[in-house]
Amino acid sequence: MADMVEFELVSPERLVMSQSVGMVVVPCSEGDIGVLPGHTPLIGTVRAGVVDIHEDGKVSESIFVSGGFVEVTPNRCTLLAEEAIAVDDLEQDVAQARLEAAQAALDKAQSDIDKVNAEAEIKTAEAMLAAMGITAAH
Amino acid sequence: MPNLKDLKTRIESVKSTRKITSAMKMVAAAKLRRAQEAAESARAYSERMDTVLRSLAGSFAGMEGGPELLAGTGEEKNHLLVVFTSDRGLCGGFNGTIVRETRRLVREMKGQGKTIKLLCVGRKGSDLLKSEFRNDIIDSVIGIGGKKGIAYHEATAVSDRITQMFEAGEFDVCSIVFNKFQSAMTQIVTTSQLIPFCANEAQEGEDADNGELKAAYEFEPEEGEILDVLLPKNLVVQIFQAMLESSASEHGARMTAMDNATRNAGDMIDGLTLTYNRSRQAAITSELNEIISGAEAV
Repeated sequence: MADMVEFELVSPERLVMSQSVGMVVVPCSEGDIGVLPGHTPLIGTVRAGVVDIHEDGKVSESIFVSGGFVEVTPNRCTLLAEEAIAVDDLEQDVAQARLEAAQAALDKAQSDIDKVNAEAEIKTAEAMLAAMGITAAH
Repeated sequence: MPNLKDLKTRIESVKSTRKITSAMKMVAAAKLRRAQEAAESARAYSERMDTVLRSLAGSFAGMEGGPELLAGTGEEKNHLLVVFTSDRGLCGGFNGTIVRETRRLVREMKGQGKTIKLLCVGRKGSDLLKSEFRNDIIDSVIGIGGKKGIAYHEATAVSDRITQMFEAGEFDVCSIVFNKFQSAMTQIVTTSQLIPFCANEAQEGEDADNGELKAAYEFEPEEGEILDVLLPKNLVVQIFQAMLESSASEHGARMTAMDNATRNAGDMIDGLTLTYNRSRQAAITSELNEIISGAEAV
C-alpha cells in the first residue's frame, strides 16, 4: 500500500515484528525520527529508548529497544535492535537490578572495553526505567 | 562353538547400548529443533546487518583510511582463526570435518609464511588440534550454550576478546571456521572472513534487487561514526550466528550419528540372537545324540 511503511524489527534472536504501519517513531542517537511512507533513504544509529508505532494517528504499540541501528528506504523501515521488549512486558525490578549490576560492573571495570560496556548497560537500564515512567504517566 | 553364556551377556550389553544411543538420539532431536529455530530466526538479523554494512562499506570503498576493522591493517601476515566445534563428542563427523578443514587452512597459510593463531570455541577443537598445533592455540572457550541455548552475551564475550587482540595488534586478518546448518543430515563447513570486513563477497544474483540499496543514503550521524558502531556489532552478530549454526549442526550430526548407531546395534543384536539360537540348538542336538548312543550301547 502506498500510505504504509513496511516496518521490521529484528533482534539477534528472532524477527520480532514485521508489519505494515502508518508511521513509526524511532529513537535515534541524534533525536527521534518519525518514519512515514516516502522517507528519504537513511541509515542511523539508535539509542536505548521506546519505538512507537502509530496507526491512524494513535500509538498502537510501544516497544523498548536497547540500541542498534535503523535503515530506512521510501517504503521500508528496518530496525536492528540488540534487545526488543514490548513496553508492557518490562519489569521494574529487572531493570533496577540491571542498573545496579551495571553500576557495580563500572566500578570494577579495568579495561576500556569493560568500562564502555558497563556505561552502555547503565544507559540501557536507565532508558528502560524511563520507558516505564512514561507508560505510567499515560 | 561360542559359549552360550558369553553370547547372552554380549546380547544384553548391546541391548543396553542400543537403549543409550536411542535415548541420545531423542535428546538430540529435541535439542535440534530448538537450535534450528534459533539459528534460522537469527539469520534474519545477520543477513540484514550484512546488507546494510555492505551498502555502507560500498560508499567507503576507494576512500583512504577507513576504520581498521574495515580497511585492515594493510598487512596480512598474522592470521587469527576462530574454530567452532562442540564441547562433547559422539556426533559423527561433526568435529572431524571442522578440524580437517582447519588443518588444511593452517598448513596452507603457514606454507605462505603467515603466522597463525588459533582460538577454539568448544572443547573438542582444541583437543583435536592440540597434537599438531600446540603452540598456535592461544586459548579455547568452553561451555558455550547452557540449558536455555546460546545467549547473545556469550558471543559478545568472544568478540570483545577478538577486538581487544586486534587493537593490541596481535593479528591482521581474522576468519571463522564453522559448520553451517543445512539439514539434520548435512552441515557445510564454512570459512568466512571477519576482519577486515570483506565487501566484495556479495553473492552474485543479489545485485539485481540491490538497486534500492544503492540509492544514496543519508547518514545520521556521519558515515564514519556509524561504521565505528556497526563494525564491532557486526563482529558480534557474525560470531553469534556462527555459534547458533554450529550448535544446530552439532545436534543434527549427533542425531544422525545416534540413529545410525541405534540401527547398527539392532543389526548386531539380530545377528547375535541368531548365533545364540543356533548354538543352543546344536547343544541340544549333541546332548540328544549322546543320550541315544548311550541307550543303544546298553
